[in-house]
Amino acid sequence: MDITRRRLLVLMPAAAVAWKYVLAGTPEASPNYKMTDHWWGMLMDITKCIGCGTCVRACTEENDVPDGYFRTWVERYHVADWKIERPEVESPDGGKHGYLHESDEGGKNFFVPKLCNHCSESPCTQVCPVGATFDGPDGVVLIDAKYCLGCRYCIQACPYGCRFLNPKTDTAEKCTLCYHRITKGLTTACCEVCPTGARQLADLKNPKDPIHEFLKTHTVQVLKPQMATGAKVFYNGMDGSVR
Amino acid sequence: MKRFKDTEHLIRLAAVIVIAVVAFVVLRTALVPRSFGEYGHYRGNAMAEIASRPVAFAGHQTCEACHTDVVDVKKQGKHVVVACEACHGAQAKHAEDPGSVQPTKLDTAVVCARCHEANSAKPKGFPQVVTADHSGGVACDACHQPHRPKIETETEVKK
Repeated sequence: MDITRRRLLVLMPAAAVAWKYVLAGTPEASPNYKMTDHWWGMLMDITKCIGCGTCVRACTEENDVPDGYFRTWVERYHVADWKIERPEVESPDGGKHGYLHESDEGGKNFFVPKLCNHCSESPCTQVCPVGATFDGPDGVVLIDAKYCLGCRYCIQACPYGCRFLNPKTDTAEKCTLCYHRITKGLTTACCEVCPTGARQLADLKNPKDPIHEFLKTHTVQVLKPQMATGAKVFYNGMDGSVR
Repeated sequence: MKRFKDTEHLIRLAAVIVIAVVAFVVLRTALVPRSFGEYGHYRGNAMAEIASRPVAFAGHQTCEACHTDVVDVKKQGKHVVVACEACHGAQAKHAEDPGSVQPTKLDTAVVCARCHEANSAKPKGFPQVVTADHSGGVACDACHQPHRPKIETETEVKK
């Protein structure tokens, strides 16, 4: 192929775009954040959750979550007497607007906020065929939207139902534990706004984090421990009926 | 007499294989991002890209730097533990440019009810009301000061 003037004019902008991509290199990261110094998780205190849905609204706004999808949501459990294997669970619009209508049928009622458990043995990252989702060195499970094919393997692999396919981008999405906030020294949006302190970000590698004292002195549980996912969202005061 | 009479065929085959291997290595180097494999079987730069997203919620420390008067009022009541943006919503834009971006006025009849509407699933010690009976649709801030919600009796105020 001869390089004619016409062809050169077409090729040069393309080369310029390619070169810009090469030069882009590492995007600007948080300078003071050292990944290996952290091991992130969260503490959920069910005895404090009032089901106001402030966390859900904050998450939606902070992360631009599409309508009808949730990176965190609040469930209301109703357990009638001894039927702990058959709890009645509701979460209208993810509990986003709070629970304004009383439905006291007797029995046991409580709220359970949920989000990605940032498992250390995460089933979702193991099934990704292209390396688009991964466990970071700081214990946060993330998705590389540029690599994700939208094959949905990870969505069906997550035992907690924490992932969804973003209808705008056709890529898998879930809680990032507000990675853009915690790397800047802020807490997550949901923990920031929780009015009762029912959810608290926890750095398990930081010996000064109050999580250690809490874990020593309380009976805590993770969701679906029988699945050995290494979940790092700890629930205090959780009933056996919670799935 | 040559031992192998058709060596040329082998040389050509070898050349094709060498070209294929070189092409594979060159293409692979060009196509796989440099940061792939930096921390594991994924693109290392993805972490910095996710971390570079702008923040929407400024955090209560940012609010408290300017609104010290509200901090003082909040200290006197139970709402001291409630972060500003729990009610006022994301205010990072307001914090960046307080002059032109103003938070909207809240409708207390809606905002307060999200937390304080009675529900049997709420912890027993948490203050709850059936708003229909308690105020009948009147906005909560008609009586309560949201930053310090308790209504003191006259004797309490004198103390």
